[in-house]
Amino acid sequence: MREPILKISDLKVNYGGIEAVKGISFDVPEGEIVTLIGSNGAGKSSTLRTIAGLVKPVSGSVALQGEDITGKDPDAIVARGVTLVPEGRRIFPDMTVLENLKIGAYLRKDDLTDDLDWVFSLFPRLKERSWQAGGTLSGGEQQMLAVGRALMSRPRLLMMDEPSLGLAPLVVRDIFSIIQEINKQGVTILLIEQNANMALKIADIGYVLETGRLILSGTGAELLVNEDIKKAYLGA
Amino acid sequence: MQFFVSQILSGISLGGQYALIAIGYTMVYGILRLINFAHGDVFMCAGVMMVFMSASMPIYASIPLMLVLTVLLGFVIERAAYKPLRTAPRMSVMISAIGVSYLLQNLALYATGGQPQTYPTLPFISNSVTILGAPTHWVTVITPVLVVLLVLALQWLINHTKIGMAMRAVAKDFETSQLMGIKINRVISVTFIIGSFLAAVGSLLYFTNYPTVVPLSGAMPGLKAFVAAVFGGIGSIPGAVIGAFIIGIVETLIKGTSYTVFSDAFTFALLIIILVVKPTGLFGERATDKV
Repeated sequence: MREPILKISDLKVNYGGIEAVKGISFDVPEGEIVTLIGSNGAGKSSTLRTIAGLVKPVSGSVALQGEDITGKDPDAIVARGVTLVPEGRRIFPDMTVLENLKIGAYLRKDDLTDDLDWVFSLFPRLKERSWQAGGTLSGGEQQMLAVGRALMSRPRLLMMDEPSLGLAPLVVRDIFSIIQEINKQGVTILLIEQNANMALKIADIGYVLETGRLILSGTGAELLVNEDIKKAYLGA
Repeated sequence: MQFFVSQILSGISLGGQYALIAIGYTMVYGILRLINFAHGDVFMCAGVMMVFMSASMPIYASIPLMLVLTVLLGFVIERAAYKPLRTAPRMSVMISAIGVSYLLQNLALYATGGQPQTYPTLPFISNSVTILGAPTHWVTVITPVLVVLLVLALQWLINHTKIGMAMRAVAKDFETSQLMGIKINRVISVTFIIGSFLAAVGSLLYFTNYPTVVPLSGAMPGLKAFVAAVFGGIGSIPGAVIGAFIIGIVETLIKGTSYTVFSDAFTFALLIIILVVKPTGLFGERATDKV
């Protein structure tokens, strides 16, 4: 097996005074779609926020292709090709769609034309609306913009925090098929979702988090048919 | 008529000087949600530095040096007194700002020994000129022109450059800006640098009209510029500029009547009225709190 693009070892993170992540270890192999599932408060967001550098861990390490990036600042993490699409999209409402995309490429100094074309080919709707203020887009379009903005940094690893949150089922299906498309084009995906069913269907590997601990792992297909998972997360 | 022209001209000029201070208040508020109480005192320090430097070197050397040192002062204040409190409650930062304000006033008191310092006569801008029959100084004419040019340059910087885009992003959302790779501390420093620079330019134009500088010289113009920023809608640069011009003009017009003693009262009555009637000001955002 190749060296994983991301290796998390014994990560402990505090959030609001409590231990949200209690020592988890997992790998994200290059080129795959990996998902962390679990209920509210399981520590999923804290894990992603720590990898992105927004939160400093209490202990443990995050390694990107062998390089220790634990506790580095967010800009250093983005510069190394790891980008987070935050929960709730968090697009800049007063900036145009085009500006939102350009700010995603903030650290880059090269020409953006090819990347803009790439993002517009993935999300033709954004091209039509490139002069509109981000805040005027619908929820689904804002999610596309948030993903497109993250892609503008040319990530090797794209992390997504609840991309389906608050979106209509049809729109969720669109977003997930685009996630698969992005993955096919060579971007590794680390996805966290409460919509476990959708996430496991497209994931190569799934990890199940419960109150800050990893309790189960397997391929997406394995977890989908696991009785405990069905009961706890798939509503069956 | 001649009297009216002369009052309007000085009103516009005073308004422009307030505008240069008000921009610093409004930009810092826009990004940090902090009323930087020390800003008026930075303005005063620029005046005191100018007095001391012009005594030992030619005016043409002391002006640029004063601008650089004032910018440095604004930068250092942010790094030393506000940055360590980035994650603290907003109230702590505000108290720190009040502390810096008193510190600067007392440093100035120490440096000047409490004696009013005679502001140097600046070449050209202190010279007399007659506009539409009204005798005045060149500074009165230059101020509004310079203010408009500086504001246009600032608007260009904010809307059409990368650092400007970063400033707009940080003003909206700290965390998401970080996820874009923006170093927020650098953006905040740039904001203080711009604000201090404009206050320094403002001090040159303002103190030229007055014989002396004292440690409290920054307090009143600072307060009025703050009212202007609130009037225009704090966080909005065009708002602060328009608010400053209105306050400067009205204040000067009142000074030309028999109600002179009420000219300051007008400004503060205006503050109370805005806060009661339209707290967001002329151009303010509706939601002043961050999500």
